[in-house]
Amino acid sequence: MLLPRWLLSDRAGLVLLAVLVILGVGVPVLNLLVPADHPLHLSAYTVTVLGKYLCYALLAVAIDLVWGYMGILSLGHAAFFALGGYCFGMYLMRQIGTRGVYGDPNLPDFMVFLNWTELPWYWSGFGHFGFALLMVMVVPGLLAFVFGWFAFRSRVSGVYLSIITQALTYALMLAFFRNEMGFGGNNGLTDFKEILGYPLHADETRIVLFILSALALAGGYLLCRWLVSTRLGRVLVAIRDSEDRARFLGYRVERVKTLVFTLSAVLAGIAGALYVPQVGIINPGEFAPLNSIEAVIWVAVGGRGTLVGAVAGAVLVNYAKTWLTGALPEIWLFALGGLFVAVTLLLPQGLIGLLRRRREVTS
Amino acid sequence: MSELISDLDGSGLRLRQEDVDARHGILLYLEEVTVSFDGFKAIDNLSLYIGDGELRCIIGPNGAGKTTMMDIITGKTRPDSGRVFFGQTIDLLKLDEPAIARMGIGRKFQRPTVIEPLTVLENLELAMSGAKRMRGLLTSRLSGEERDRIGAVLEKIGLTEHHERLAGILAHGQKQWLEIGMLLMQEPRLLLVDEPVAGMTPAEMDRTAELLRSLAGSHSVVVVEHDMGFVRSIADQVTVLHQGRVLAEGRLEELQIDPMVIEVYLGAGDAYH
Repeated sequence: MLLPRWLLSDRAGLVLLAVLVILGVGVPVLNLLVPADHPLHLSAYTVTVLGKYLCYALLAVAIDLVWGYMGILSLGHAAFFALGGYCFGMYLMRQIGTRGVYGDPNLPDFMVFLNWTELPWYWSGFGHFGFALLMVMVVPGLLAFVFGWFAFRSRVSGVYLSIITQALTYALMLAFFRNEMGFGGNNGLTDFKEILGYPLHADETRIVLFILSALALAGGYLLCRWLVSTRLGRVLVAIRDSEDRARFLGYRVERVKTLVFTLSAVLAGIAGALYVPQVGIINPGEFAPLNSIEAVIWVAVGGRGTLVGAVAGAVLVNYAKTWLTGALPEIWLFALGGLFVAVTLLLPQGLIGLLRRRREVTS
Repeated sequence: MSELISDLDGSGLRLRQEDVDARHGILLYLEEVTVSFDGFKAIDNLSLYIGDGELRCIIGPNGAGKTTMMDIITGKTRPDSGRVFFGQTIDLLKLDEPAIARMGIGRKFQRPTVIEPLTVLENLELAMSGAKRMRGLLTSRLSGEERDRIGAVLEKIGLTEHHERLAGILAHGQKQWLEIGMLLMQEPRLLLVDEPVAGMTPAEMDRTAELLRSLAGSHSVVVVEHDMGFVRSIADQVTVLHQGRVLAEGRLEELQIDPMVIEVYLGAGDAYH
């Protein structure tokens, strides 16, 4: 086999990759080639929902890297997701051109509405796809880097760090709600038309976005899996289990933390950027502290420190959410809270832990 | 920025272990060190010298400042005043924990602190000194030379046949030895060992004594210990700390009949017998 050892020994990861390949091939076939009246046809709606789950799963992987392996419980990771989403949303806004309600070739509708006459400086460049893609990674990464540098160097850790990350995402939410920020206020960015000239609502575009999401998840997973299999991965575990030990072994703990936290934020940003064109909107609600907490619950449910568990948890919990918010919307939050309590008490290692225990018992 | 990314283990320091100058026979100097917490003087004008290759035991009742002293040497606590030098030229008060560790000071904690989800081998690999910049950290393979170094330490700490086991399932004594082994992987000049035999069986204590004695000479070893039998079995030189200062220093037999030492220990309970 041509696969490296770190991947060969990762059975669950190979299963995940196989599932992603099957989805990447099967979903386009069932959506584009199977006629719409056939029972096996997948609707555009289903494709979008599945694509959304994949983006959430990438966010969960990013959280598991810092929480499961390095012991940093970030309750603000949705902020990086949302920032990536806003960066890509800005590109999509610039693509609308004269097709907006006010038909202004330069300004998005909400700016015309605010009587602005020119594009704010920080919007320049976002008309270019490449620049927007770069910003999707740079903006969340830079915020995580600066935040991490100050927080970790001051040795803020544990619950205090978690609280600061909540404050970070909450502050961003309040800022993005303000119209003067120039990001569309509480409506956010929406009414997108096309991406690289392709209509956003066409089935083919949706399928391409879905495949890209699957690729991004596979890439993000492989990157994190490889990272935790290296010596650096063992340093992360050492930092998680005994920060002082790592420090007295000569590791610059705060630098390791800052770098891995930054990498995780970049992955979250990419997830957000893929999410926005699929759902067609990004608004300040994505910064809501609850979103970050939900994402942490996905990881806990799947099993922290396993990466595969993060993916499984994200998909399962969101599937339950899609179903339950349709069937019994008022009990969703109670169900989510109950799930978190139940997992913490009964399944501290999540679903993956449960499966592993099963296999040990039967073998 | 590039420094920040590549130098995760402090290897970019300008100072190197070779710069440690112990030509005068003294490796560690603590001079007139004082540190207080909320007005309480944990260390009070303490002066202490550790010779190159010496095995020194430090005893003293609880609260005598033994752990605080180790915190100061390893950079965890900054003293209010005083001087701490490693060799004649290196001012430890100007360095932080990773830098001090890389200068060649290894520290074993009171509670065995090994990374439990990793194997014995991985724990030793984690502790390995050498150019472990970003490139080295992003591999998972051991070179032949690294394998030999780990093998030698495994043999020394008697865990060769356990090298594939998870550190978390080792016996208490084995964990202590593994942690000492991790310090050895750092190739230190000075080992600070906090209560290595607490909770050990007599047989484990004997092996630990043997291990520490075998390290002296090529390393300086400072052992903080409560167990008098153990202290008697390893050290020539013993320092008694009391209320943050040196109460007495000398051979254990002399100290045992020193009325001041007896009084301190009798006052602190029956630790001394």
